[in-house]
Amino acid sequence: MSVETASPTLMTVPAAPIDTRMASLRAIYIIWYRDILRYWRDRWRLVASLAQPLLFLLVFGSGLSSSLGGAFGRGTGISYIQFMYPGIIGMSILFSAIFGAMSIVWDREFGFLKEVLVAPIDRWAVAVGKALGGTTQAMIQGLILLVLAPFVGVKLSLLTVVELVPLAAVLAFGLASFGVAIASMMKSLQGFQVVMNFLMMPMFFLSGALFPLTNLPGWMTWLTRLDPASYGIDPIRRVVLSNSGLPNVNSLGLTINGQVLAIPMEAAIMLAFGAVLLGVAVVMFERRD
Amino acid sequence: MPETVIEAKGLIKKYGDLEAVAGIDLEVRAGEIFGFLGPNGAGKSTTISMLCTLLTPTAGVARVAGIDVVHDPAAVRQRIGLVFQDPSLDDQLTGRENLEFHAFVYSVPAQDRRRRIDEMLDLLQLADRASSQVKTYSGGMKRRLEIARGMLHQPQILFLDEPTLGLDPQTRKSIWTHLNELRSTKGVTIFMTTHYMDEAEYCDRIAIIDRGKIVALGTPEDLKGLVGGDVVTITSTKPEAAESEIKKLLGVTPVRDNGSLRMEVPDGKAFVPRLVRELEAPVDTVSLRRPSLDDVFLKLTGRVIRDEEVSARDRNRAMASRWMGRRR
Repeated sequence: MSVETASPTLMTVPAAPIDTRMASLRAIYIIWYRDILRYWRDRWRLVASLAQPLLFLLVFGSGLSSSLGGAFGRGTGISYIQFMYPGIIGMSILFSAIFGAMSIVWDREFGFLKEVLVAPIDRWAVAVGKALGGTTQAMIQGLILLVLAPFVGVKLSLLTVVELVPLAAVLAFGLASFGVAIASMMKSLQGFQVVMNFLMMPMFFLSGALFPLTNLPGWMTWLTRLDPASYGIDPIRRVVLSNSGLPNVNSLGLTINGQVLAIPMEAAIMLAFGAVLLGVAVVMFERRD
Repeated sequence: MPETVIEAKGLIKKYGDLEAVAGIDLEVRAGEIFGFLGPNGAGKSTTISMLCTLLTPTAGVARVAGIDVVHDPAAVRQRIGLVFQDPSLDDQLTGRENLEFHAFVYSVPAQDRRRRIDEMLDLLQLADRASSQVKTYSGGMKRRLEIARGMLHQPQILFLDEPTLGLDPQTRKSIWTHLNELRSTKGVTIFMTTHYMDEAEYCDRIAIIDRGKIVALGTPEDLKGLVGGDVVTITSTKPEAAESEIKKLLGVTPVRDNGSLRMEVPDGKAFVPRLVRELEAPVDTVSLRRPSLDDVFLKLTGRVIRDEEVSARDRNRAMASRWMGRRR
């Protein structure tokens, strides 16, 4: 029988037992790196994802700006397009973060997720890697819009950029974690449309990206304060506009019981939201077969 | 006798009332190529999934690389390589990047990563295309890349679920050449499922599985022995005369089928010369055929593995993946 011809002495056994903590860190890194690599390689997506914010700014922003005229801003000196511009940065982050996380569903559809899930790594590392990948992509997608600042009459300074990076990161992290949590529960691409229509669009509309969250009807005030994206977009707007010589932006900002929230507080709320949702994602990942 | 690397006892998997795997016992030895042969729905994939820790058995015990699959699935996974039935590559990444990803998640030591990736790319003849995106690969190249990936963390056992499904015969043959090479250079044990009878011939031992049970287990030769003998077919311009002569002179009763006569004989190699020497009726052609595994399968289960059904499914699968691929 030919069986005997193979010698067991050739067998290779993994040498030392593996340090699981290091293994998880390596896994997080490579899962993140793969997302970035794919993002970078898919130039069309980069271009296409700029089209929507541009459309909003040019058509929606310019249109409303001229029809509202000085009526907008209640004496703050802020034009509608200036107000909307940081909101559009937030929108870009919101959409890219959730889309980025949805790549989990693509991976499931095309089989690659299996390669990840059968690997001898902790499941939480998979969820964290995906959330960080989504965070990074969304941050880039949002910050890239800073190049449009001169066209909407917003002055940029180094300080703006320095303050904006962590705020964009926090918003991106919160929403990417949210996206990973949703994606971990979704079995197929069919559910994607549902997520789009019933989660992403309401989150966008209620986030204060397009209009100030003050003097709203009571029910809407409630909903906007429940929308986590509100706490990420408001500080971005305050930083961008107040550094641009429009300090009155705070009067259009997010309030709880009439009180303007401090920026670190808003960031903390966003971060906490992200952490909780990431926890949900981890639990979902640990559970699946 | 080499050590046992896969051991299953009374392995059962139930889905509600349906018993997909109905009590399987088997032992696979180090360095073997072990084939799991059966029609669709026989329980092949379910069994392999339980051995790979992807499914939890309803009952029974399985030990892979000496480790219980239920107690320590992570340790089992570190020691086995997997090639799934469905594609599981990232086709936006290059071949090398796919392997790098795997090296990271399987904790291949940093200093070995590059060397092992190069070695596997060479072994599976993918080195020249390593920097191309996988979406530009042919079906056979994708399979080879998956095999390279499965071997990257130097597993003791490589599991392959229908590794040649949907590939053309030539590509299938080259996959087999590579698997044999891996076995001889790396000493890896190979456990695979297939429904292609001709592929089972490459295996050292085969288990034929039908309706969740192993109905026969042995070398391809052992299994063919179950049919008992060789199949000899002759054609003649005077089949009646030939038929009666064969009966009279050789003591065998042939079956007539149009102009040809088919007979089962215990030792075909000795029979054919006698036949040619002793027959006076004109013989145009003689063919000697060993019984095929199809004959064995037919004898054991009373059914044939229908290739048409299989190929229809393959076509759908291929179409689905093309369609999805384009949408990506």
